[in-house]
Amino acid sequence: MNSREIVLGRLRAALGDRPAPPAAVPRDYRPAGALGVDLDLLVHRLTDYRATVHRCPEADVAQVVDEVLGGRRVVVPPGLPRHWLPATVAAVTDQNLTAEQIAAVDGVVTAAAVAVAETGTIVLDAAPDQGRRVISLLPDVHVCVLRADQVVATVPDAVARVAPGRPLTWISGPSATSDIELNRVEGVHGPRQLHVVLVPDGQAGHG
Amino acid sequence: MTRTFLGMPATAPRGVGNLRGEESFPAAARRALGDAQLRRNLRHATTTIRAKSGAVIGELPDWEQLRAAGSAIKADVMARLPELLEQLESAVIAAGGTVHWAADAVEANRIVTDLVRAAGAERVMKVKSMATQEIGLNEALEAAGIEPVETDLAELIVQLGRDRPSHILVPAIHRNRAEIREIFLREMPGVDPALTDEPAALAAAARRHLRETFLSTRVAVSGANFAVAETGTLAVVESEGNGRMCLTLPETLITVMGVEKIIPSWADLEVFLQLLPRASTGERMNPYTSMWTGVTPGDGPQQVHLVLLDNGRSAVLADAVGRQALHCIRCSACLNVCPVYERTGGHAYGSVYPGPIGAVLSPQLTGVPDNASLPYASSLCGACYDACPVKINIPELLVHLRGQAPHPATEAAAMGAAAYTMDHPRLYAAAQRAAGLARLAGRALLPPLNGWTASRDLPAAPPQTFRQWWAER
Repeated sequence: MNSREIVLGRLRAALGDRPAPPAAVPRDYRPAGALGVDLDLLVHRLTDYRATVHRCPEADVAQVVDEVLGGRRVVVPPGLPRHWLPATVAAVTDQNLTAEQIAAVDGVVTAAAVAVAETGTIVLDAAPDQGRRVISLLPDVHVCVLRADQVVATVPDAVARVAPGRPLTWISGPSATSDIELNRVEGVHGPRQLHVVLVPDGQAGHG
Repeated sequence: MTRTFLGMPATAPRGVGNLRGEESFPAAARRALGDAQLRRNLRHATTTIRAKSGAVIGELPDWEQLRAAGSAIKADVMARLPELLEQLESAVIAAGGTVHWAADAVEANRIVTDLVRAAGAERVMKVKSMATQEIGLNEALEAAGIEPVETDLAELIVQLGRDRPSHILVPAIHRNRAEIREIFLREMPGVDPALTDEPAALAAAARRHLRETFLSTRVAVSGANFAVAETGTLAVVESEGNGRMCLTLPETLITVMGVEKIIPSWADLEVFLQLLPRASTGERMNPYTSMWTGVTPGDGPQQVHLVLLDNGRSAVLADAVGRQALHCIRCSACLNVCPVYERTGGHAYGSVYPGPIGAVLSPQLTGVPDNASLPYASSLCGACYDACPVKINIPELLVHLRGQAPHPATEAAAMGAAAYTMDHPRLYAAAQRAAGLARLAGRALLPPLNGWTASRDLPAAPPQTFRQWWAER
């Protein structure tokens, strides 16, 4: 008898009283689609957790990137719209860069998959305009460009929209810890600065 | 060994792991209560987190509906655990991962050690994980010549301070900033001697200390907050980014997960991703949540292992009342509201699972006789039940387990004598007259029963019994 059979056998024996599962899980909480999207709420929530929010037309993204990272080196995913990058940054595209190479640059610019207004959360799903998980992790400054139509109201909306199976990273503000006296302090291992550039619907180019 | 009863629910074996304390709760608690600094640190931290958590829970109009859903989903999971585990196993394998089954701590430690050796590594980096604390994985790896490096800030503080964890979420909750600074100055190689005790400065010191480890370590060990049976997706909820480092950078990722962590469907995440952060760190959402499904070519670890751990869970599942302890999502809200925990701290519980949930989970995992004092480590005030995001009825469980705890022979003798007396009317009447005379003896009991009256008065016996009063009517 192998360990798989032992564990499963024990668990089956433990359920010898045949407990009835709940007839139906009561799901009378606010479901996906219950609320309209409030972009101002998203901005408030992001700012509350120490992210910096820039609202501008899509044509001005490069200008924001210049303000945040001008004169510095950035890594970008292969599918990032090139017109988001100003001439003032030295951009290297991630084509299987090593972790050391990525850790050596100052910042990263990515798109996003989904954002949750109520919690101030951005979800990355490793699509070509967001790239491998490692590029948004090692550099100290993350600039994330978000389209208004990617914003949903609540966590159930986001769970319904993202694709299971892809590597997903849910980001709510910069890296932080609550480990010292249970107070939130920003800036541990992940990016210590998170800039969110919120552009109107359907204007962000797709790479 | 546990192999004696193949196929029957079994408790966690002795001699391995961290589920049993070296002394009883009252003995350990007495010493902890003498530590004024510890009580100040705990009061400050738990007061802070209660206020934060209460504020963000208050923002959600449907918190009670989410709790009800979370509770029902977990009840469903327990009723269908074997089939859900088989479904999870198939989904993980289909996505390129490897699944291992561990009947107990000894087996889980051996599986992980063998995997690390097969990868040719002498060091592993770890994401904070209760399951690996429970099984004593670090001790097993060290015995095999492998260095485990804890990367969570609080775990790092505990590891550098050669200390023991005292809280599920914040294992170094018993340390304040000044104590953390001292540990860093003493134990962190190359630390700036001018380090202040500002939390931001302490966090920055940890960032510098671990960066090289993240970039050069080829194997990581994690736990999992959730595993979705339907898709084979595993999720880790964290704050600092150390989790992302461990889940993204190494070649090999080994996840050790208690079998109860499974949830049936992808959509169930919408419930738990709302419950967990608000109940645990008091945030609307924790800074980082990572989800991965097997192997993604070119992105992250290319060798992905999942170790499914029993280690006593089957014994918990076998108790129709006790099995609700397996619903726990390790948020630690019950610790933060518990008047007993706030005064004794986590070490007094002896197990890696302290506080109210520990008082009901540890005795069930080990068998009640091995943790017999823990069901009494509570005033039954019920604050834990109100705070639990999945509505575990901890007071009910505590009373249930008190009934299973071994009771002293004197108690059994006293109860036997009382039963005999009550069965014999003449004896009972005589005993009642004697109790009336006891009014003259004052409000304290004689040894060995005087412990009970040391901190409270014996109720005064009435001048006449009900029977006497009735006879005079």
